[in-house]
Amino acid sequence: MHTEWIWGLLGGLIIGLGAAVFLLGNGRIMGASGILAGLLEKSSRDVRWERLAFVAGVVGMPLLLRPLIAPETETHLTGNLTLVIIAGLLVGTGTRIANGCTSGHGVCGISRFSLRGIVATVFYLLAGALTVALFRHGLGVI
Amino acid sequence: MRGVLAFLAGSLFGTGLLVSGMTDTTKVQGWLDIFGNWDPTLAFVMGGAILPMVIAWRLTHGRAPAVGGTFPEPPRVELDRRLVVGSVLFGMGWGLVGLCPGPAMASLSYGGVGGVVFLVSMLAGMLAAPTLGAKLDRVANPA
Repeated sequence: MHTEWIWGLLGGLIIGLGAAVFLLGNGRIMGASGILAGLLEKSSRDVRWERLAFVAGVVGMPLLLRPLIAPETETHLTGNLTLVIIAGLLVGTGTRIANGCTSGHGVCGISRFSLRGIVATVFYLLAGALTVALFRHGLGVI
Repeated sequence: MRGVLAFLAGSLFGTGLLVSGMTDTTKVQGWLDIFGNWDPTLAFVMGGAILPMVIAWRLTHGRAPAVGGTFPEPPRVELDRRLVVGSVLFGMGWGLVGLCPGPAMASLSYGGVGGVVFLVSMLAGMLAAPTLGAKLDRVANPA
C-alpha cells in the first residue's frame, strides 16, 4: 500500500514526541535497550519505578490500541526459533556493548548530532543490510 | 510524577511503533533489503522521530528537566571498539529477524511464542554483555 510512508512519518513523530517527553520531563534519554537492561541491574527505587512505568507503557499501549487502530498488524516473525534465539542474543549483547540501539543512538543521538550516535547507526545499518543480503539472497534462509 | 511521565513517554513510544508499522518484521527487513524489494518506510519513521527531538534538545539549553535534576551530559566524542563491535553485533541480530529492543517490547502482546523467545534471549544477551565487553577490552589492550 502506497500510504505506508504517511503512517511511518506519523508513527515516527509520535515516537519522537515520546522521546521528547522523557527528555524534557525526566531528563532521560529514551533508549529502549538501556531502559530494559537497567531493569536487570540494581538501581534506586525511583529509577526502577521509572523504567518499569516506561516499559508498561511500551507494552501496554499497543495491547490496548491494536484492536482499535491496527487489528491487521502482525509481527510476521520467523518461525525458526533457533534463528530467533541467535538474533535475540546478538541484539541483547550488541546493544549493551555499544550502549544503545535504534532509539538511543538512532533517534536520541542523531537528533543532538552526536558523533557516537551517528557512527553506531551507520554500523548497525550496514551490518543489518549485509546480514539480510547474505542470509536472504545468499543462503536463502530468511 | 517521574513514573507518570515515564509511562506517558513509553505509551507514546509504543503507539508510534504500532502506528508506524515497525513492529512488522517484514517492513524492517524490507528496509535493510537493499538488494531486494526495498521498503523505505523506516526512513520516514526515523526522520519523523528525529524532528521533535531536534527541537527538544534545543529546549534543554539553560533549563532543567520538569521533575528536577539535570539533563544528560553533552555526548562523548571519542569512538571506541565497543561502539563499533557492539553496533555490528546488534545490526546482525536486527537483520536476521527484523526486531530491535523497542519493537520487541511493543509487539509482546501479539508476537506469539517467538516474540517471547526473542525477548528472553535478548535479556540473556544483555546479562552476558558486561563479561563479553570486558573480553573485548582485553583483546584490544593485552596486559
